[in-house]
Amino acid sequence: MSKLVRMDQTGHTTLAEWRAEDPEAVERAVEAFRAELDRGYFAMVSTGPGHAEQVRELPVDADLVIMRLPISGG
Amino acid sequence: MAAEPLTGSVLPEVADVYWRPRVDADRLRRTGRLWTLTTFAHVVPFLAAGAALVALQPIAAPVALVCLAHAWIIPELYAQRGANVVRPKPRAGGRAEQTALGLLGDLVDHRSRELHARTGLILEPGRLGQWLVGEAGALLVTDRGRRVVCWCVHVRDPDLPSADRIAHLLLALRADEQGFATVANLAFSGAPWRVRRRMPRAMRPALDEAVRSQPRVT
Repeated sequence: MSKLVRMDQTGHTTLAEWRAEDPEAVERAVEAFRAELDRGYFAMVSTGPGHAEQVRELPVDADLVIMRLPISGG
Repeated sequence: MAAEPLTGSVLPEVADVYWRPRVDADRLRRTGRLWTLTTFAHVVPFLAAGAALVALQPIAAPVALVCLAHAWIIPELYAQRGANVVRPKPRAGGRAEQTALGLLGDLVDHRSRELHARTGLILEPGRLGQWLVGEAGALLVTDRGRRVVCWCVHVRDPDLPSADRIAHLLLALRADEQGFATVANLAFSGAPWRVRRRMPRAMRPALDEAVRSQPRVT
């Protein structure tokens, strides 16, 4: 089961869960994903120990997609 | 460490600081030397003035002591500024913090989890050096453990649980290490011992661990 989570004041919120073979669940996850991008979040996927990648489309086969806010200096 | 281009995506936040040159190993080295020179420029004139005063007029010893105090205080203030980037913020505690800790724990290995539990910092190896990521800043131990570079950087939501703030920084760091260092504000660069003694006692083992983790031979 893949998960889309958003880091927020509650710790994190699970926005969607899906299996790649379930098109309806994938569609719901894609909608939730796009909604978070529209809110200014960035989507991150771990790509191995110590590595992460920002994605602009929902990677359906990823186990975990994390939405993060922008960072800044200061 | 050679300055080599890092592959992968560029952190989108870099666009907000378009005027800054992208940080790489060479730039870090040059910046470090500049910080060292600046420290000397602050210390040497005061020491020289103090010595000259005593030599010329021993009765001016109290003024020479003031010069010595300046020579000591100014570098200390810089080191304090460096240590402040990892100073812990007030924590909300409770369920949100536990939930955030669970997610952060999933992102790191056992060694980092254990170190975070003891010190509040996450140890993250990078290509520029060993990073220690805190809630509102990060330390980069580089130059074979002889230099620590302190960066002020935070997520733009002060209400997030502590572990979430760290996770934000960690993911950004992992996505684009050079971009992360470019976005962050440089607070200090100097010898680790100068920052270590200004850090909260509980956090010091994390810096020790990062220094130990640095390869001694390039």
